Parts: sequence; C-alpha cells; structure tokens
Amino acid sequence: MIDPCDIVILGAGPAGANASLSAARAGARVTLLDEQTQPGGQIWRAKSAAIIKAQPTPESDAGNTLRDCLANSAVTFVGDVRVWQIERTGDIWQVYTVADGQPGKIEAKALILATGAREYVQPIPGWTTPGVIGLAGATALLKHDMTPPGVATVVAGTGPLVFFTASEIRRLGGHVAAIVTPNTRRDWLSVMPAMLSRPDLVRRGLAWIANLTLARVPVLWGHAITRVEGARAVNGVVATKLDASGAPKGKKREIAADSVCLGNGLIPAVEAAQLAGADLRYHPELGGWVPGAMTDGSTKIKGLYICGDGAGIRGAAAAEIQGKLAGMVAANQLGFDLAPDFEALKSAHARAARFGLAMTALSLQKPGDQALTTPETILCRCESLSLARITAEIAKGAESINAIKSGTRAGMGACGGKFCHTAVARMMAASQGVDPADIPPPTARPPLRPVPASVFAEGFDYDDLPISKPAPL
Amino acid sequence: MTPLLQNHRSPVQRAPMVSFTFEGEALSAHAGETVLSALIRAVHLYLRDAPEDGAARGAFCCMGLCQECLVLVEGRRVESCRQVVHDGLAVEALKRVPHD
Repeated sequence: MIDPCDIVILGAGPAGANASLSAARAGARVTLLDEQTQPGGQIWRAKSAAIIKAQPTPESDAGNTLRDCLANSAVTFVGDVRVWQIERTGDIWQVYTVADGQPGKIEAKALILATGAREYVQPIPGWTTPGVIGLAGATALLKHDMTPPGVATVVAGTGPLVFFTASEIRRLGGHVAAIVTPNTRRDWLSVMPAMLSRPDLVRRGLAWIANLTLARVPVLWGHAITRVEGARAVNGVVATKLDASGAPKGKKREIAADSVCLGNGLIPAVEAAQLAGADLRYHPELGGWVPGAMTDGSTKIKGLYICGDGAGIRGAAAAEIQGKLAGMVAANQLGFDLAPDFEALKSAHARAARFGLAMTALSLQKPGDQALTTPETILCRCESLSLARITAEIAKGAESINAIKSGTRAGMGACGGKFCHTAVARMMAASQGVDPADIPPPTARPPLRPVPASVFAEGFDYDDLPISKPAPL
Repeated sequence: MTPLLQNHRSPVQRAPMVSFTFEGEALSAHAGETVLSALIRAVHLYLRDAPEDGAARGAFCCMGLCQECLVLVEGRRVESCRQVVHDGLAVEALKRVPHD
C-alpha cells in the first residue's frame, strides 16, 4: 500500500497549478495531475515540442512563469494522465487514472478539483462538417501548434475569443474571411464599465479590433452563422442578421471559406465534482451549472475543494486567486499553517473576477438562440441524433436529460455527453417553457474520459480463466 | 500601413521535418507537433466517418474531449489532437463500422 499523499489536484491550469504551489509552500505533499503533458491549462497552454522559438505573448509568458515556479517547487506534477473515476473510502480519496493505456490509482487526504471549462457550441446545420472546429479549440491549436485551422477561416461566436482567434490566425499568416459575432457593439458597451478593471486587456482588445479593421476583415456584429455549406469539406457559410431575441431574422450573407471556428462561451466542467459528491446549482451568470464552493474553494464535503472556472466562469485572474486560496485552506485543514496573505487574497477575488464575469455575460444565452438549431441539425454528434429525434423523445414524455439519454442514447457516445447535454437541456427548457434551473445535468458516471477496456480488466490474463471439465456426453 | 500587430510568421522557428503516413499517403510534419496540426497543414480535415450515419467528420474540440478526431495508430484509437508525430508514424482513418 502506497502512503497517501496529502493533496491531489486535478487540472494544472491557473487555478490548479496555483493551488499546488500554495499547498506545497505550506508544507503539504502535493500531486498535480493534468491530461496535457505540461502545466498551463488551455489559457496558458505550452507550445508543442515542434515550436523551437516564437514571439512571446502575454499567455505564453504567464504559462512559462507558472511552469518555472512548478519546476522549482516541491509539487509532484504528473502530465499526460487522465482521471476517469473518483471514489472515497473513509477520509481518503481514491483517484483512478489512465496514462499511456496503463491504469493507476492515487490516494490523498484532500482533493482539489480545478477542471476548468469546456466550450458550448449552439448546434447549427453543418456544424459537424470537417473543417468546423470549436472557437476555444482553435485557440488550443494556435497556442500549442501555432497552426491556423485552414486556409480561409470564418471566426464566429460570442465574447472576446473571436477577436483573439482572428488576430492569431492572421499573425500566423492565415486568412480570416470574416468575423461573425452574435454580440452587438451595444453588448460590448454594456460590459465596458466592468472591463475597465483591466485596462491592459481593454488595450489589447482594442488593438485586435483596430488591426482587423485596418486589414479590412469584415466584422458582422449581431450576426450568427446559420448554415455551413459542404458535406465532406466546408465550402462556405451563411451568416444571418439576428433580431433582438437572438433569432436569425434579417439579411443573409454568403461567405466563402474552407474552415470555421464556432463557439458560444464557456461552461464549467463539473463531472468530476459530481462524482466527488458536490451539489450543483444553476447560475447562468457563471456559465450554467456550478458546484457549490466558497471563495476559498471549500465545499460542504470534507476534504473536497473546487476552484477556478470549474466553479464558475470568472476568468484566469480570479482562478489564480481561488486556486491559491484552495491550496492554502486544504493544507490548513491538514494541520499546516495558514499563509499570512490568506485574508488579503480572499478579498481580492471579487475584483479579479469582474473582467471574467463581464466576458461570461457576453455569452449569456438568449431566447432566440434555439432558432439557430433546425430540426435536421445533429444535436448529439457521437450518435448522429438530430434535434427532431430528441424532440420526438420529449413528445413521448421524456422530462429530464437522464430520460433523453436512456431513450435515445444522446450523451452515451464517446464524448460522454460533453457536447450535447447542455444543448439538449437548453432546447428542452425553451420548448417546454421550463426554467433551465429545473433541468439539471444527467447523473455523472465514470469514466470521465474514454478508457481502454484493458484498464477495467486490470491484471486479467486469458490463461487464468478457469475452464470447467466438459460435461460427460 | 504599419500593422498594430506585427506579422510574427517569420520568427516562428519550427523543429526539423519528419515523415509520416495518413491512409498510406506520405506526409511531412515538424517533429513533435500533433498529428492534427500536420494533417490540417496537408489539408486533410476529413478524418473519419461517424459510426451511426457514416457522415464525414473531422477534429472539433482540439483538446481531447469530443473524440471526433480519432484515428488509428498501431491498432489503437488515439485522438489526433493529442498524438504527437514522430518519424515513420503510420496513421489510419477510422472507417465506418455499420450497425445491423
């Protein structure tokens, strides 16, 4: 039996990595896990080994600083490892992992979840066509491999990511055919007061927009892509003007492109929290369903802490602070001294969250969003289920995501529902006139990530199978 | 006109090229980049068929969640957004396995 470490942390982004550093500084033995090979999360993602030298960006600088701090700390970082199940026996957490096809188990007295976010994409006709990628996915590709998503790209979606992604594509020599954003200039004006808490980011955003304007990249404000043309490859998109409700009502425009980036904001990744027993609450201003967690990451469950975007989309600056706090309080609960700056950090969290919350507000769903998804549109990508199929299941009486799941298999495919459950829930709420707060996510079940079957058959050998003697004839 | 953002294309220094194959076609990649990145540069965006309806699919989330970019490497299903290219790597596309 391996001696359990003090604290195991899932996710090495701004929250998890800072949690590990502050807990280790307090004296705790910390193991930090991430499915990427290097710490940084998606926002401060490290470059691939293929990039030998590149111009630094604020993100790459922040990531490199964090990676240096971790390398010079007592934290044990394990990269390229995936957690697929979380259990608890007595006061000890068991975290089941798979790395390079091999199963593993880590035990700890405290568990900090810093699982971050994933992207919400409102399904539209043609969004499954090769060449259409997530907007956040595009940033991962641009940061990690520095490869533009295609030759001519339409960058579409809500919030600041469209301008960042379009700028990065152009910086790498790619062509941006157009930016299509459901947000209007008025939406941006309404979040400006909160944005002024970060003049550095406002300046950067204005430089992106000025540069894109000078380069004559068309920016379609208050528009959404309503169709991606092409079956085996993208030929172009149709962008339609939205009405005040967000429904496509106005003039259509055709734009030629071979690739599309599409995203409608971030949602907290809460499945690990669900498996660990955390309760969920509906907070649209935080990205949707979030686990109950305090500013310092503590939860109702002893030894469980949740921090960063996985506890609500507040952005990287707030995630760093909440991570530090969670590391401090987790270590303190195990008997280590509380750092002297704990209270100061705690009061800095709300201000740090202002900018991130304003960005989340730009992706709040609107009643008209559902009109973007036509009956033939694929909702569950893994099982190729259309909206019409899901609607038929609701007509038969399905009232929950669990019921839809067992009736249609939506969410039982390879992604585990990560790209359909939210869309199904929003559609159900809109079509049935139900409060989204009454349609919780389905029961979380392992595996959290796809696991090879050999992991479950750990130690199994065909020759060990007991074969009974044949029955006498 | 002076761009506010410099074009940083030239300063990106990449690792030397290695060879790999996709569906038997010889392609090149910078050592250490993801299979997905190399395939995008080679304009191979269509990576697999959806198991249920056979529709063409390609990478989507680019961070290991959606499983849309699965390819076969040495008989194992791997995400091309996480698989790193090395010299001689043989990548096969996932053919449709129809249901009865």
